[in-house]
Amino acid sequence: MGHNDHSAIHAVGHADDAMLVEALRAVLPADAVLIDEQARRPYESDGLSAYRQMPRVVVLPANEAQVQAVLQVCHRLQVPLVARGHGTGLSGGAMPDQRGVLMSLAKLNRILDIDPLARTARVQPGVRNLAISEAVASHGLYYAPDPSSQIACSIGGNVAENSGGVHCLKYGLTVHNLVRVRALTIDGLVFDAGAEGPDAAGFDLLALLTGSEGLLAVVTEVTVRLLPRPRTVQALLASFDDVEKAGQAVANIIAAGIIPAGLEMMDGPATRAAEAFVHANYPVDAEALLICESDGTAEEVEDESARMRAVLEAAGATEIRYARDEAERLKFWAGRKAAFPAVGRMAPDYYCIDGTIPRRTLGAVLNWMYGRAGELGVQVVNVFHAGDGNLHPLLLFDAAKPGDFERTEILANEILAKCVEVGGTITGEHGVGVEKIDAMCVQFNSDELSIFLGVKAAFDPAGLLNPGKAVPALHRCAELGRMHVHNGQLPHPELPRF
Amino acid sequence: MPAPLSNSLAGVRAELAAQVALAARQQQALRLIGGGTQAALARADAGQPLDLTVLNGVIAYEPSELVITAGAGTPLARIEAVLAEQQQMLPFEPALADGRATVGGAVAAQRGGPRRWMAGATRDFILGLRLIDGLGRELGFGGQVIKNVAGFDVSRLQAGAWGSLGVITEVSFKVLPCPQAETTLQFQIGQAEALLQVNIWAGQPLPLSAVSWDQGCLRVRLSGVPAALASACRLLGGQALDAVDAQQHWHSLRERTHPFFDGAGTLWRLSVKPTAPVLELPGAVLWEWGGGQRWLRTEAPATLVRAQAVQAGGHAMLVQGGEAGTPVFHPLAPAVRALHQRIKLAVDPGQILNPGTPDFL
Ligand SMILES: Cc1cc2nc3c(=O)[nH]c(=O)nc-3n(C[C@H](O)[C@H](O)[C@H](O)COP(=O)(O)OP(=O)(O)OC[C@H]3O[C@@H](n4cnc5c(N)ncnc54)[C@H](O)[C@@H]3O)c2cc1C
Repeated sequence: MGHNDHSAIHAVGHADDAMLVEALRAVLPADAVLIDEQARRPYESDGLSAYRQMPRVVVLPANEAQVQAVLQVCHRLQVPLVARGHGTGLSGGAMPDQRGVLMSLAKLNRILDIDPLARTARVQPGVRNLAISEAVASHGLYYAPDPSSQIACSIGGNVAENSGGVHCLKYGLTVHNLVRVRALTIDGLVFDAGAEGPDAAGFDLLALLTGSEGLLAVVTEVTVRLLPRPRTVQALLASFDDVEKAGQAVANIIAAGIIPAGLEMMDGPATRAAEAFVHANYPVDAEALLICESDGTAEEVEDESARMRAVLEAAGATEIRYARDEAERLKFWAGRKAAFPAVGRMAPDYYCIDGTIPRRTLGAVLNWMYGRAGELGVQVVNVFHAGDGNLHPLLLFDAAKPGDFERTEILANEILAKCVEVGGTITGEHGVGVEKIDAMCVQFNSDELSIFLGVKAAFDPAGLLNPGKAVPALHRCAELGRMHVHNGQLPHPELPRF
Repeated sequence: MPAPLSNSLAGVRAELAAQVALAARQQQALRLIGGGTQAALARADAGQPLDLTVLNGVIAYEPSELVITAGAGTPLARIEAVLAEQQQMLPFEPALADGRATVGGAVAAQRGGPRRWMAGATRDFILGLRLIDGLGRELGFGGQVIKNVAGFDVSRLQAGAWGSLGVITEVSFKVLPCPQAETTLQFQIGQAEALLQVNIWAGQPLPLSAVSWDQGCLRVRLSGVPAALASACRLLGGQALDAVDAQQHWHSLRERTHPFFDGAGTLWRLSVKPTAPVLELPGAVLWEWGGGQRWLRTEAPATLVRAQAVQAGGHAMLVQGGEAGTPVFHPLAPAVRALHQRIKLAVDPGQILNPGTPDFL
């Protein structure tokens, strides 16, 4: 990584800048092609700002025809292209390529069609996640996947990352809530993945595109499945004096045949930080806090929350508190949703990790993590989707202090390796992007990676879409393997990645 | 002590991989065979048979993780029985075919029963799988955890690929608790009205789990907490079906043993937008999944059936009969087909796995 700032436009690759800009201006309105350094600056990173890169040009198409024209220009001139939604990604997926064009889909922000009877909405990729639920609320419907970033992130970005949210244990990830997407390959071919029926002709390209991090195609239209709003929602807080007990309680709830609408965990430091920040009335002496939500008909909710209470008590909860009303329920969630910024106040910088582990290993992995963090002198705070076993350790550091970030990165890499070791994965929902490209060599062997590379080549033989992300080139893993990742430190960060 | 199952299955997997590698070197086509229940659709009669029922066994099952991992040749009936002991189930309700249907076949053919309407398709419950590619290499994708976005989703891509994108050797499914209770209601109602009514209900928070319509009779299955079923029944009206009859009805749809499927003649499966109007085609219709899956017995020409399916937002598969030479699968537009062929080549460069199937390739 590093701060590689190419602010001056200059000739790289096959086309020189003048040629590229001219070709783009021929297909886009003048104000949709940004070449000034200042205008391009806001696009140099996504939500993971430690990774930055200035693009040669930023383009802002306003419709599918313009998207297609831009792709065709890049294809013709063999210039890399990175698609960008609203830049909230946390793995550097939308970080520009210094040789290429950064295409923002933000202007494609219209809701095209709402079909309340079929329970679908057809929207452009730049529509914000929450805007969909707002637009369909009057029909008693909503779009279920709700990443914590839902006020800001785009549905196109959600498709590209297969984003989850706090309700995906019961309602699934993005991939489970899509009906169809319209997308374009780098040579400008427009195609549908998925269909309005239960399945589509051909391979399941919808599954393949979902989570493909902008490497296979650019999404220009998304039809999502909508669900009826549950009539009743009930949330409770359960406190524990020990994270291991809380982790066990999570496994026990599922084992008891309960699929809660939400099952989130915050450790002691996260609870106290959130409490200080938003005053959610959290029990600040707890070492672990579970937020458990039930939804459905009144009867279902009553049945489920009673059963859940019994399991939590048996697992040793020190306190169980029901939200007395909707306002208090929202307050419980406000604390959870503000946990990241709240923790952000504890240190100048923090690094958010995203890995998934089997639920039964929650307690053991958390305790291992606290132990390793102590040894390395890194402070770690945990707030995460416990029901899914999806960890989000936040590692606190001070970028200004020499050695601080390096120690943090060592721990980060060890945590990801641990996730794989216990049977989990290096990313549950934030994607690989540029950040976890080397961890991919831990999770997949070269034969498996070669399949990914083959699929990539089937869509984009020249490797122009989002190069250097998501799938490492085989020689990169080979180099890593031979030199071994010494203490989690990458020896040659300058090696090409795709 | 006998060796653990996973070790012996690993041995079988390795043998199969060696067989595929040899076939690849000899450019010998292979025909993948699970329970053989879908043989009529997988029209590949070319190739040397590769029997996958040898991959038989539950490898791991952790009820608290909601995950079961099994060899691809394991009968689904066995999976069902193991899950039932813990009051869990495969939510997509695949056909068991008298114990012959296998895990790998359910994935490759994407079979789903009545519950698929609300619960989701086979692909929605695939967490990960192992496969042998067309070069004979053993590969693993996805995993055993619910959330996993590392790498392209090659696991779900196998659903409905009919074995053309790899020999599936092992699958991990997400499972769910069985509902506490089920009730079926019956309504005498015409087709157009039934399509409308069912989709109105589906937009409300009701414990719906299955629906079917044929011959003027709409049946709706509710699943969940008894008290919730009771209040839903009051709201929906209709006539409660006897529990045994209801069970038989849904079973007959799941297994396609319903009288509608009896006999020769042409049978189509249309996957269309659930709210699409009544099809303007001669013949008999039975639909499920809120109107999304429509079975059609008609002698209308294939081109007409397919055109109607497209107009209804979907596609049509020829399940049985039809004029000689009619493709089983809905044909793809040329550029999209070329994309599919390139994907196939990425996994099976010698095109030795189930050549000719699916016939959209
Ligand atoms: C505070 C905070 C909380 C978060 N919480 C969650 C959470 O709970 N769950 C979760 O899953 N994520 C979460 N995220 C991560 C992030 O919000 C999601 O990954 C989101 O889907 C990114 O959407 P975006 O529009 O910002 O995409 P971007 O960051 O702009 O892009 C993400 C990737 O998608 C590609 N892309 C974008 N648009 C398109 C398109 N139209 N076609 C093709 N490719 C495209 C880009 O190339 C890039 O690879 C959080 C982020 C933040 C900052």
